[in-house]
Amino acid sequence: MTTLKSRALMLSVAILVFLLGIWELSIPTQKAAEELTEYEILMGSATPKAGVPPPSEIIIKVYEELSNPFYEAGPNDKGIGIQIGYSLYRVLTGFGLAAILAIPLGFVIGMSPLMYRSLDPFIQILRPISPLAWMPLALFVIQDSEGSAIFVIFICSIWPMLINTAFGVSGVRKDWVNVAKTHELGAWKTAYLVILPAAAPTIVTGMRISIGIAWLVIVAAEMLVGGTGIGYYVWNEWNNLDLTSVIFSILMIGVVGMALDSVFGILQSRVTYQE
Amino acid sequence: MTQSFLSVEGLTQRYPSSEFGELTVFENLDLKIEKGEFVSITGHSGCGKSTILNVLAGLDEANEGVVIMEGREVSGPSLDRGVVFQNYSLLPWLSALRNVTFAVESRHPEWSADQVKEHANYYLNLVGLNDGVEHRKPSQLSGGMRQRVSIARAFATEPKLLLLDEPFGALDALTRGTIQDELLKIWAGTGQTIFMITHDVDEAIYLSDRILLMSNGPYAKIAESVEIEIDRPRSRGSIVEDALYYDIRNHLVQFLTSRSKEFSGPSSESGGHLPKMVRLSENSIIKKKTMAL
Repeated sequence: MTTLKSRALMLSVAILVFLLGIWELSIPTQKAAEELTEYEILMGSATPKAGVPPPSEIIIKVYEELSNPFYEAGPNDKGIGIQIGYSLYRVLTGFGLAAILAIPLGFVIGMSPLMYRSLDPFIQILRPISPLAWMPLALFVIQDSEGSAIFVIFICSIWPMLINTAFGVSGVRKDWVNVAKTHELGAWKTAYLVILPAAAPTIVTGMRISIGIAWLVIVAAEMLVGGTGIGYYVWNEWNNLDLTSVIFSILMIGVVGMALDSVFGILQSRVTYQE
Repeated sequence: MTQSFLSVEGLTQRYPSSEFGELTVFENLDLKIEKGEFVSITGHSGCGKSTILNVLAGLDEANEGVVIMEGREVSGPSLDRGVVFQNYSLLPWLSALRNVTFAVESRHPEWSADQVKEHANYYLNLVGLNDGVEHRKPSQLSGGMRQRVSIARAFATEPKLLLLDEPFGALDALTRGTIQDELLKIWAGTGQTIFMITHDVDEAIYLSDRILLMSNGPYAKIAESVEIEIDRPRSRGSIVEDALYYDIRNHLVQFLTSRSKEFSGPSSESGGHLPKMVRLSENSIIKKKTMAL
């Protein structure tokens, strides 16, 4: 008797093998030079054509890259670990700065209807702006590509955290606030002992959405600013016409994104309570 | 005249209402409670019982009137007035024990962690929560156990006045009985003043020294204050054999079913009238006399 979990795993593996199989078979193998007729050589078929690589080549690439992820051989040739490290550094810095601003501000907005109403128009206008639209302005003001990338992450991480914190804080049950009041808790203690734990699941959901968006945006931002990072790596390999590396890095973006999300998933299950 | 422990003077609550301009829930309410009394208040929904309790707690403010406790005007909530809410109002992310220690800490910030824990456990023990049950979260406790935690929390802060808002309303009859007995036991030991809202006539008679009867709103009044002259300690089994029990019960039921409607409408006098004192023991003596004649 197999459990649902193990059956699902088996099915996942089967689907993977099936899809990779189709992919592998659908890539035409290029003939070796000695098999070509003279006509074909004259027509230029001897120069290898760029094509989508079969999964077997990608698996070899994954193995090669991951067995030596931190090598450094010049500005355009760094290990995947180093590239991802740069991206993570930017994402976590921008996200961290956004959290430092958004969570306290969300508290204020959630607790004060006046602040909510007065800040709402700003939030509504600023929130739909694509984070990359800030890039030229950021580059001009900050005069630094690194700082601009972090700023773009900062600006896109703010909104989900700000809105969720405000929503969570304003939705704290009145009974719990009354408990705080009847126990003569001051404003700080009420915030720390009652409102923060009560709103924590909503706040962490906001953080989880933010980190997801930040990881989406960093790839695009690094394609623009260049230099280092996983986004730059993808673009650089495209310029090299190395599609195997492009597909490999796409895969790595997915894996890292999943890891970031699951960290916040764990945090979320820690702070969730049952009423 | 000596001053009462708690006195409510000219309490008035109005809400803006689109139809009539203003809805007066109650007007010019006067009320006195002595130290150590167990007073219940009953009446139909919407007559403003909960509003009175919230005003006493300091959570709400009435439009007019004052509440004076021990010679000082009540303004805002205080640890001197503990509240047990109908829906328990436990903090769901804290264990039962932490729900109580958090209250004890706010009462005695200077105490050590051990002292706080010991004090909290003492009250949890009184309501029968021990043997590891106190480490569970509220969601892992039954309704009765949650209300026990809530009662333990209220008593642990040792308030001068304890306000109970339909504390047993959501519990089944058996659990209700047990917790009522626990409440009486703790109260007998501490002698606090208790003000309780209830819809249960039998519960009110069993627990109270005095029952306040509220007429229907708008313009609700505390029409009568019925003294329960049944000796303590009372027991559930013997209380029904007391000659007064059914007189009181009939009086209350009669009030709630028919007479509570008679008082509605704005009052002609302006304040200064306490609820009419009713002693049914005097009545029954008269009744017996007339029957004897």
